[in-house]
Amino acid sequence: MRNVLPVLTVLAVIIGLWYAAVAPMNIRVTLDQAQRAGAQIVPETARERQQVSVWLLMVRNPAHIVETYAMSRPRLPTPVQVGTELWKTTGEMVLSGRGFSNRSLIYHAWITLQSTLWGFALGTTLGILGAVAIVYSRVVDMSLMPWAIISQTVPIVALAPMIIVVSSQLGITDRTVPKAIISAYLCYFPVLVGMVKGLRSPAHAQLDLLQTYNASGFQAFLKLRLPSSVPYLFTSLKVGIAAALVGTIVGELPTGAVSGLGARILIGDQFGTPLAIWAALMAAAILAGALVTLLDMTQRITLRRMGMQA
Amino acid sequence: MTMQPVISAKGLDLTFQTGDGPVHALKDISLDINKGDFVSFIGPSGCGKTTFLRVMADLEQPTAGQITVNGISPAAARRARSYGYVFQAAGLYPWRTIGGNIRLPLEIMGYSRADQDARVARVLELVELAGFEKKYPWQLSGGMQQRASIARALAFDADLLLMDEPFGALDEIVRDHLNEQLLKLWDRTNKTICFVTHSIPEAVYLSTKIVVMSPRPGRITDVINSPLPRNRPLEIRDTPEFLEIAHRVREGLRAGHAYDA
Repeated sequence: MRNVLPVLTVLAVIIGLWYAAVAPMNIRVTLDQAQRAGAQIVPETARERQQVSVWLLMVRNPAHIVETYAMSRPRLPTPVQVGTELWKTTGEMVLSGRGFSNRSLIYHAWITLQSTLWGFALGTTLGILGAVAIVYSRVVDMSLMPWAIISQTVPIVALAPMIIVVSSQLGITDRTVPKAIISAYLCYFPVLVGMVKGLRSPAHAQLDLLQTYNASGFQAFLKLRLPSSVPYLFTSLKVGIAAALVGTIVGELPTGAVSGLGARILIGDQFGTPLAIWAALMAAAILAGALVTLLDMTQRITLRRMGMQA
Repeated sequence: MTMQPVISAKGLDLTFQTGDGPVHALKDISLDINKGDFVSFIGPSGCGKTTFLRVMADLEQPTAGQITVNGISPAAARRARSYGYVFQAAGLYPWRTIGGNIRLPLEIMGYSRADQDARVARVLELVELAGFEKKYPWQLSGGMQQRASIARALAFDADLLLMDEPFGALDEIVRDHLNEQLLKLWDRTNKTICFVTHSIPEAVYLSTKIVVMSPRPGRITDVINSPLPRNRPLEIRDTPEFLEIAHRVREGLRAGHAYDA
């Protein structure tokens, strides 16, 4: 609870900056609309206004600033507008019994969450297995690690369509599969790196001690390396789940998907409904926050159970 | 049949190849250690005392010479689980209770559950930590943690207790107390103990045999068989006999060190 105040402070600053940005972002469109509605604007023509900075436009037309905060299709909506849209597409639809219709963000979030969790499970498994192989085999360490690093330098936006195309070529019609693969691709890396560090964290003396017991390699893994890596694992999992969510959303963007938060963002863009984009973005942020919080709580409980001071 | 020495080293040499060229860690080490001996290795850093201990435990391989442990090679002795090793850091697993930590070697060596319980209780008693079985390491002081790590080394029936500056990180008062306890423990268990230290009073107080070593190359400069009785109250450190041995150890250290004051 101690960190509530700093979090709220940061939130207040963000919201403050956001509100301050709304007027300059929207002023040009607002003035164009006001002029069409018959209002007197300085300077008079749209062409002249293009030459003038947004700040000057605001100073010359102060009466219209308030309208920038209430547009139906704003360049930048206010937090309240986004919140209202979010409520309309979630809570309100639940109240009217359409919580799972395809216009509801809950439905789209669920689609995205499914792929995210599959991708997370796949990525985590691969990451852990890869880390074990790297720690126990010098050959794998030298051959796999560079590829793992290179894999993360390929832009996922370029890779995602290829994965979708290949998987449909292979006759996989369920969109969850390619999306999960994309999200696993992003998520395995932090898990791999964290687990390699965790499995290598025991001090030399610890390993020497096990050797004096004549412990087998498997016993050393089970009793020393694996438990030592748990704090590292959780840190990686928190990064990994966020990466998995990003991977799924990216997987939904360029692929003509019709459901999922990524699809909502794309459709909002194509149909010029910025509020829908922002509401979907906000839903994604809330989803990510919830997933990370859930892992954080699991970490605390696990470490306390293990007797380590969390 | 004459009693076979527990450790018998003849002409041991060990050279590490490092980036800065070879380091002569041990040179021509010959030493016999008998059953029930309490042997201290004393000398400045780099004199090879820890390396020698590690060679005994098969954690390092000598480049020349011979060493046997109970008549067999260190590797065979390690497989026979002859060593109880205590490091300077207690090295208890933070996710295991004190009891769980002591149980670790027993689990690895496949002792039955009931036997494990009995042994844990016995060694906790031995190091005066009865009642702390369910505590986690962070709940104990540094001295208690080190006692727990000694208990861990005693839990299985190792012939040889190898202790590498076990009390080096502890303060003087705790150290005195643990030294006294260690002597009692040695008396009760009749184990052979090899003890690395760089404290002269500690070495003289504890040992039946003091091995003085000096660096570059790491070698033995003096072996002192202590005339002190087995039963040693802390006050023995003020007797003339004690001071005389301490003086001889100091002379030995100084002789080995003469060239770089």
